Amino acid sequence: MKRILMKGNEAIAEAAVRAGCDLYFGYPITPQTEISEYLSSRLPEEGKVFLQAESEIAAIYMVYGAAAVGKRVLTSSSGPGISLKQEGISYLVSAELPAVIVNMSRGGPGLGNIQPSQSDYFQAVKGGGHGDYKTIVLAPDGMLGQMMEPVVFTEPQFDPLPPKDWAVSGKEGRKRRFIICFALDPQELEKVNQALQEKFRAMERNEIRYEIFGDEHPDLLLVGYGTVARILKSVVREGARKGLRLALVRPITLYPFPSAVMKEKAVQAGRVIDVEMNHGQMLEDVRLAVEGRVPVHFYGRSGGMIPTVEDTLQKVMDILSREGVKHENGI
Amino acid sequence: MKTVFERPHSLFDLPYPYCPGCHHGLAQRLIAEVIDELSISDRTIGVGPVGCSVYIYEHIDVDFVMGAHGRSPAIATGIKRSRPGTIVFSYQGDGDIAAIGTAEIIHAANRGENISCFFINNAIYGMTGGQMAPTSLLGQKTQTSPRGRKVQTEGYPFHLCEMLAVSEGSAYIARVALTNPRLIKKAKEAIRKAFLTQIEEQGFSLVEILSPCPTNWRLPPLEAVKWLEEHLMATYRIGEIKVKEGVTNAC
Amino acid sequence: MNRVIINQEYCKGCGYCIQICPQKVLSFSEEFNTHGYYPANVGRREVCIGCGFCAQVCPDVAISVYRGDEL
Repeated sequence: MKRILMKGNEAIAEAAVRAGCDLYFGYPITPQTEISEYLSSRLPEEGKVFLQAESEIAAIYMVYGAAAVGKRVLTSSSGPGISLKQEGISYLVSAELPAVIVNMSRGGPGLGNIQPSQSDYFQAVKGGGHGDYKTIVLAPDGMLGQMMEPVVFTEPQFDPLPPKDWAVSGKEGRKRRFIICFALDPQELEKVNQALQEKFRAMERNEIRYEIFGDEHPDLLLVGYGTVARILKSVVREGARKGLRLALVRPITLYPFPSAVMKEKAVQAGRVIDVEMNHGQMLEDVRLAVEGRVPVHFYGRSGGMIPTVEDTLQKVMDILSREGVKHENGI
Repeated sequence: MKTVFERPHSLFDLPYPYCPGCHHGLAQRLIAEVIDELSISDRTIGVGPVGCSVYIYEHIDVDFVMGAHGRSPAIATGIKRSRPGTIVFSYQGDGDIAAIGTAEIIHAANRGENISCFFINNAIYGMTGGQMAPTSLLGQKTQTSPRGRKVQTEGYPFHLCEMLAVSEGSAYIARVALTNPRLIKKAKEAIRKAFLTQIEEQGFSLVEILSPCPTNWRLPPLEAVKWLEEHLMATYRIGEIKVKEGVTNAC
Repeated sequence: MNRVIINQEYCKGCGYCIQICPQKVLSFSEEFNTHGYYPANVGRREVCIGCGFCAQVCPDVAISVYRGDEL
C-alpha cells in the first residue's frame, strides 16, 4: 500500500471519489477550496459530475436535487458557507435525502479568519437549522485542510446498500413518486417527526465510534477530537514520561456522542479535562455524559490558535496537584 | 361523439385548492397537456416551490421533488446533472423566482441549464396573504405597500424575462397570459416550445405566465382578469422575448 | 346535439365560462354546491355550437365538451 503525500483537503476529496461519489457541488471558501479544485479534474476523469455553484445555498440545493434522484453527492465548505447551508440541511433531513457535507472549519464568528478552529461544534451537533433534527457528525482523526501528510488509501469495502426504491427518476414502469419536505396537517407532521426521532435513536444505538488511548488505569481523562486529539496523544505520552497516568477518549462521531464510554472512563479516572479549539462546546456533552459524578475541567483556545502540548500538560499537572493526586515517582 | 375538450391524461382528476378565478390550475393544465402531447410523462420530473404553486405536485402525474422557497432552479440543476435523460421543469411564483430565488434563476439561465422553468406572475404574494411582490406594479396597494408601491421606497416592477434574455444561456423565453382562448392557445404553444428547447438540448427555457389573484387583488374574478389585461399586460409585454437562433423547435 | 358537462363540485363560480360563451348557453346555477359556490350551469343546451371555449378558460378543469356527429 503506497504512502503518498497529500493535503487534508485532497485526501478527503480522493476518499469521496473512491467511495463512489457521483456528483460534487461546491463554492470557493478558504480553507477547503482544494476539495473543489481537486474534484474539478478528478470527478470528470471518472465520468462523474463536478459543478461550482453560484453560492453555498445553491450548492446545497443542487445536492438536494441529486440526492432526490438517488445519486451519491457531496458538498464542502467552511464556517460561513456551512451557515448558509443550514436551511438546506434541515430540508435534506425532512425529505430523508442522504448526502455528505464537509466542513473544513475555520476561526469564527463572522468572517473570522482562515486558521483552524472547532467553534462550529454546536452548529453541527445540535442542529444548526430549524426543526428537531440530528445529523451524523464525524470528526476524522485530525487533519488540517492545507497541510500535507503521508496518506495510505486502503481499498474501500462496502457492504451492499439497499436499492433506493424511494428515489425519483421519471415514473417509467411504475406509479409516480414524489419527495416532499412538509406536511400541512399537524398530525402528519408529528408522525414525520416521530419517524425521524426513531432514526436518530437507531443512530445512537448503531453508529457511535470513538478511540481510547493511553493508560489502562488513568488518574485523569483527557477528552478531545480531531486535530486536538492528536495533541492530546502527545500529552499522554509526555505525561507518561513524567510518571503521570493519563488516558484520552477521542469521539469519532460527535453525533451520536459516545456518552456511555465517556461516563465509564471519567468515573474510573476520577477527573476529566476537555480540550477544544473553542470556548467550551463539546464540554457540555461531556458534562451531560458524566452527570456531575466527577469534576470536568476545560482548556480551550480560539480564533485559530492551537493548544500546545506544553500548555495542556501544564494544565493537567495543575489539576492533578490541586486534587492531591500523587505521581508515580512522587514528583 | 367527438371530444372537443377533456381533462388531460396527466392531470389527476381532483379539485384544485386554488381561489376562484386563479390561473394556477389553468397553467398546470396546459403543462399537463403539453407533457401528454410530447409523450414525456414517463421521464419528466417536476420541481416545486413554496407558495400557492406548491400544490402542483398533487395534480400532475409525474415524479416531483419539492424543495425550499426560491431554490427550484438549483434543485432542478442537481437533478438534470444527475440524470440528463430526464425532462426537468420547475414551477414557481413571483416571490419564489424573482425575490428570494433571483440568484438561482439567473445562474441557471446563465449556465444554459437544460431545464424548463415556468413562472406564475400574479404581482403579489398569494399564499401568505397579499404582500407586495417584486413584480407588483407602481401604485399597487398590497398588505406591505398599503399606500401603493412607490419608486422611492419600493423600487420598480421586476422584468425577469427581459433580464434573463440578455444571458447567452437563455435559449427560449416567452411571457404569456391566459385570459381568453386565443391567448391560452399561444401560451400552450410557448410551453410546448420551452419543453422542445429542453428536449433538443438547446439550453435554458422559461415561460412567464401572467395570472390574476382575485382574492389578494380584492377583485372578483372577472374584474381581476380585466385589471390584468389593462394594467399587468401594460407593464409586462407578452410575446416571445427571446428565441436564440438555432432554436427551431417547430411546433 | 353538442354536450357540455360541468363538474359542479369542482366549479367555484368564477364566471369565466359564462362570459366567454358566444352562444350564452351557460349561466349561474340557482343552487350552491357543497363548498358554497354557485356553479356554472348549462342552461340553453340546444344552441351550444361545441366550440369548447368554456372548457378552455376554466381554471378548475371542471368542463368537458363533446360535439355530436349528427350535425
